[in-house]
Amino acid sequence: MTVHRPVLTSLALLSVLVCRAATATAPDAAGFLQRWIILEPIGVAGQLTDGAVQALVKTAHFPDQFTVVPHDGDRVTVGGADLAWHTVDTTRYNVNLYHFAYGLKKPTSNVLFWIVTVVDSPREMTGVRLAIGSNAASVWWVNGAEVIGIYNDRQTVIDDGVSKRLTLKKGSNVIRAAVVNAGGATDFCARFLDADDKPIRGITVNLP
Amino acid sequence: MRRAMVLALLLASPALALDGQPGMHDPSTVVVHDGKYYVYATGAGLPIAISDDGWTWRRAGTLMQALPGGKPGPEVLARGGNNTWAPDVIRSGDKYFIYYSAPGTQPKSAIGLLVGPTLDPASPDYKWEDGGPVVWSDGVEDSNAIDPGVFRDPTNRSLWLTYGSYFGYIRLVELDPKTGKRLFPDRKPIDVAINSEASIMIFRDGWYYLLVTHGSCCAGANSSYNIRMGRARKVTGPFLDNMGIDMLQGGGKLFLGSRGRSIGPGHFGLLDLGDGVQKFSAHFEADLDRGGISVLDIRPLLWRDGWPEAGDNLIAGTYEIESARTGTALEMAVQGMPVGGPRGRGAGGAGRGGGGGRGDGGAAEPIPPQDAAQVAANWPAGAVDVRMSPYMLQAQQKWTVAPAPNAGGYPGAPYFKITIAGTDRALTATREGELAAAPAFTGAAEQLWRVDQLADGTYRVMPKAVPESKEPLALSAVGFSTPTLARFRADNDRQRWRFRAP
Repeated sequence: MTVHRPVLTSLALLSVLVCRAATATAPDAAGFLQRWIILEPIGVAGQLTDGAVQALVKTAHFPDQFTVVPHDGDRVTVGGADLAWHTVDTTRYNVNLYHFAYGLKKPTSNVLFWIVTVVDSPREMTGVRLAIGSNAASVWWVNGAEVIGIYNDRQTVIDDGVSKRLTLKKGSNVIRAAVVNAGGATDFCARFLDADDKPIRGITVNLP
Repeated sequence: MRRAMVLALLLASPALALDGQPGMHDPSTVVVHDGKYYVYATGAGLPIAISDDGWTWRRAGTLMQALPGGKPGPEVLARGGNNTWAPDVIRSGDKYFIYYSAPGTQPKSAIGLLVGPTLDPASPDYKWEDGGPVVWSDGVEDSNAIDPGVFRDPTNRSLWLTYGSYFGYIRLVELDPKTGKRLFPDRKPIDVAINSEASIMIFRDGWYYLLVTHGSCCAGANSSYNIRMGRARKVTGPFLDNMGIDMLQGGGKLFLGSRGRSIGPGHFGLLDLGDGVQKFSAHFEADLDRGGISVLDIRPLLWRDGWPEAGDNLIAGTYEIESARTGTALEMAVQGMPVGGPRGRGAGGAGRGGGGGRGDGGAAEPIPPQDAAQVAANWPAGAVDVRMSPYMLQAQQKWTVAPAPNAGGYPGAPYFKITIAGTDRALTATREGELAAAPAFTGAAEQLWRVDQLADGTYRVMPKAVPESKEPLALSAVGFSTPTLARFRADNDRQRWRFRAP
């Protein structure tokens, strides 16, 4: 994983963190999206049931949390804590949130991560599915619509949660996620699949 | 108590036999013609049974009604007799060939041929022509020329007839695909098995399988009929069973014996529905749920270790529906409640190291099963998503599968409604080609489910219809936790499901 701000130099010591290139990036060979902007973890109760996670993600933690596409280094205040957004690239299929938080000297347990990326599609693509895995519970939105919720204590499994068929519009599509971790390791992965469950080709990730 | 529960389950879940008028003996292979299913059987004039869906059958007169004089031709009568038994049917080019038994005083018998352009008695083209006797036995030789079974070799399109009944051998002759008669009438028939009847061949993966019926027929619940088989690398044999015993010496691996409340299966016929879905037809000598009469049945055909195996149509009951792809269970997407209620991770809890659930050497009370009445108070009232999760015996993971009344069916089984056990919340196909648990069963086509057992013993699950879709779709695991509907493909585990008793 890459974190490209000086404050995160320690993260770069972790083999999965590399510097972000300036240009748009394509998904990896298996279609996994590798560039994300992640907010430093928000301290929460760490409850992982359907109801608790849904209530948590529907709580207003910071302004425009369902619409903002942040820039690297942007800051928000959550419950009196000053938190920064960090753009990261991962060299693997998954993004290791434990490394992310640990490298920032932030808590890794009982935390909520807000995560955003922007996928550029060269054309409208119908019948597409967002397919994710997360440790632990997570809720996902595509262009503002909630498309996936997976709950309870779980490990990241490729294509654990898969959305119903959706449409990627031509141009920018905002992918947003909230990952809740109670304790231990925490990470996620995400890709888009076509009607045959094959990775979508031709899209790029292009964060502002 | 356990015995009582099993008994109650059996009483509540009778094996499903075909509907309508399935009563018959010695059925032919079931064939599909212009979307309808046809089968012919022993009886005066060779009775016809037709089904629009393979589930509900109706009688439709006899074959001989379409022949001059309403009986076998004179040469057939001369070689055999005036009985009409145990036919078989196959399409060859633009014609259908029907072979039928015309025994006199056995083993003086003949197998006659009928040739016609269509199976549909309502068609203006419907007619049958007498093709004369094809094979016969003189009453002295080691053969009884009845019970024809016709087989097309897929490797070279050649056509073959096996026949015989006890008095000696099951015999094989090659047929002319253009006329239906013997291709080499001067050649001696090949003996391929002994002391059996109702023979027929099928082919798969380089093996020819000869299926025959052993035991005695025609004694109702006292019939010992059972279907046995051997296989060979050549169509002419030798056909050996799983222990290497030649069927000419009485060998034969069991394919199907009596099951459930059905006694004495015989007269195998292959029904290949495509997409890797194969079924077989047979009759049971006695269906105890229908007064012990002889009935047609259609069941799944499975394959294991290079041998066909008789599968089971799904019976009504309550099940976990498990994805073969992921091992996760289909569930209504509501927050689950641990069976027995929540427990902490500390002392007395169920967590690692907490001691809960591991026992401390003392007596522990059984935890009763979880049913919907215990946990449904917080379930949403309307339609709910359907997802997959690790099976933990929770109420939203247990589905009751029951025949949908007056909804028809498909070869071998009726359409089912699938509801969360103890509720009317029904598995439903949505117009988006996804799944939901609707608040109630309405009987609409998107709530009627076809469940076909596949060659490996798993099941394909398909809605009767998907709103606004003409394409047949099957329940599919698109990921670890997500079910959907997609076009069926036989080449992977996405659309294979197991129904496990909870």
